[in-house]
This record gives sequence, structure tokens and C-alpha cells, in this order.
Amino acid sequence: MTAIANTLVVITISVGVLFSVVTMIGILRLPDVYTRAHAASKSTTFGVLSILLGVFLHYWLNEGFFSVQLLLGIVFLFITSPIGGHLMGRAAYISGVEKSELTIGDELEEVVAEAKRRAER
Amino acid sequence: MAFQILLNVFIAIVWMLMNSSFSATSFMIGYLIGLVLLILMGGFFKHRLYVWRLWAAVKLFFLFLRELTMSNISVLMLVLKPKLDLQPMIFALPTDLKHDWELTLLSSLITLTPGTVVLYVSDDQRTLYVHAIDVDDVDEAIYSIKNTFERAIKEVSRP
Repeated sequence: MTAIANTLVVITISVGVLFSVVTMIGILRLPDVYTRAHAASKSTTFGVLSILLGVFLHYWLNEGFFSVQLLLGIVFLFITSPIGGHLMGRAAYISGVEKSELTIGDELEEVVAEAKRRAER
Repeated sequence: MAFQILLNVFIAIVWMLMNSSFSATSFMIGYLIGLVLLILMGGFFKHRLYVWRLWAAVKLFFLFLRELTMSNISVLMLVLKPKLDLQPMIFALPTDLKHDWELTLLSSLITLTPGTVVLYVSDDQRTLYVHAIDVDDVDEAIYSIKNTFERAIKEVSRP
């Protein structure tokens, strides 16, 4: 039983650490704000979630302590992190941050330009 | 849905009063009996039984977990590849979801599955502008989002 529990804990925490490291590499390597927002707002979420889940499993299965705070932390992270990613991307786009030249298409440019013209009038 | 749940809880409380035993067990038994009664009276309700909506929500949750894992792995591959061959693109995603909470849920789900971030919601709330990190085929990306998340959300919100 302890062996199974320990394997689960080790797997979840290693997956979490792996994804956090990959996120850091992604932030360094990716070309512009928007692609970095991908790496920053999501792979971290997944990584932190995985680590929290591992800690939760450790306290539950090995120590016999069912920690509701950790579960609540997971839920709050799920709710708040996509909003954060969305707001950062939106603010960057509206204030006119350059896209990388790799970008192959943009259907939003017109809409934002139109909204800005309307705001000026 | 809320009315049916309230009715079910009410039946459970009546069951507890009738047995004059106020414990979690008798509440559960009363709730199950109420559920059977609701199923028998299904024809009298305007909407379908609330159990189906709960089931749809559970299915949406597991669909989301699967997509989250799969696409995290795909981004991992993308970042670790020696040569960075991305094709980022911002595309418009038409949607026909009506309520605000459905739109919020859809954009949260799109943002949390790596590969796509919602950048802008149009003023009439009919279009989401999505930034995708690596797109070969826009129509296919739109189709896959509409076919998985939007359909599952509609299944939950159908009364």
C-alpha cells in the first residue's frame, strides 16, 4: 500500500516539476508576448496542479490527513489562472504589442482598429 | 433544475420526519426514494430530469482533463524541439452560446488547454478571437473546439 502511494506521489510531483521546467524553457525560447503567455499561463497551471495533487496524495495516503485546503487551492488555481492569461494577452494586444514575424494570420486587427476609431470619435 | 433538486431535498426531509430519525443515513435513503419518485413523475416536468445535466457536467469535466493532459504534452514537444517551427495565428471563432456564464466557461476552457488563448471577445458576444500557437489548418482547429467544448457546454446548459 505504501509502495503504491509513494509511486503515485513521486509520479505526480515529478510530472509537475517537469512541466514547470519546460514552462521556464518556453518563456526563454518563444518569440513574442502571446506565445509566451501560452507557456506561462498554462503549463505552469498544470505543473503547480500536479505538485499540489502530489502533496495532497502524500498527506492523505501516507499521513492519513485529508487536506481540504489543498483541494480548494487546486480549484482556485483552475478558476483564476485562465482569466489572468486572458487579461494579459488582451491588454498586450490592445496597447499594440508587436506580434512575432512567424505569425501567419490575424483576424483581430480590423476589429480592434475599428473599436479604437469609435472610441476616438 | 434548481426546482427539481429542491423538491428532492424536500422529499428527503419529509422522509426523515416520517421516520423521526435525523441522521445522514436516513437523509440519503430519503433522497434516493425522492429520486425514484422524480423519475416516476418525469412526464410532469417541463424540463428533463436534473440527473442528466449533472451527468453532462461530469462528462465535461473529464473531457476537459483529457484535453488538458494531451495538449500540455503537445506544447512540451513544441518547446523542446531543437528547431522552433511555430505558426502562431489569431483566428475568429464564431459561437452561438447565449448566456454569459457559458461564454466565460468556454473561454476559460479554451485558455486552459494549451495551444490556444482567448484574446478578445467581440462586443456582440458572437465571436471569440483566439490566439493559437501552432496552426496548420484553421478550420480544423475551429471544428475541434466547437465539436468538443461547445457541444459539451450546450449539453450541460440545455434545460
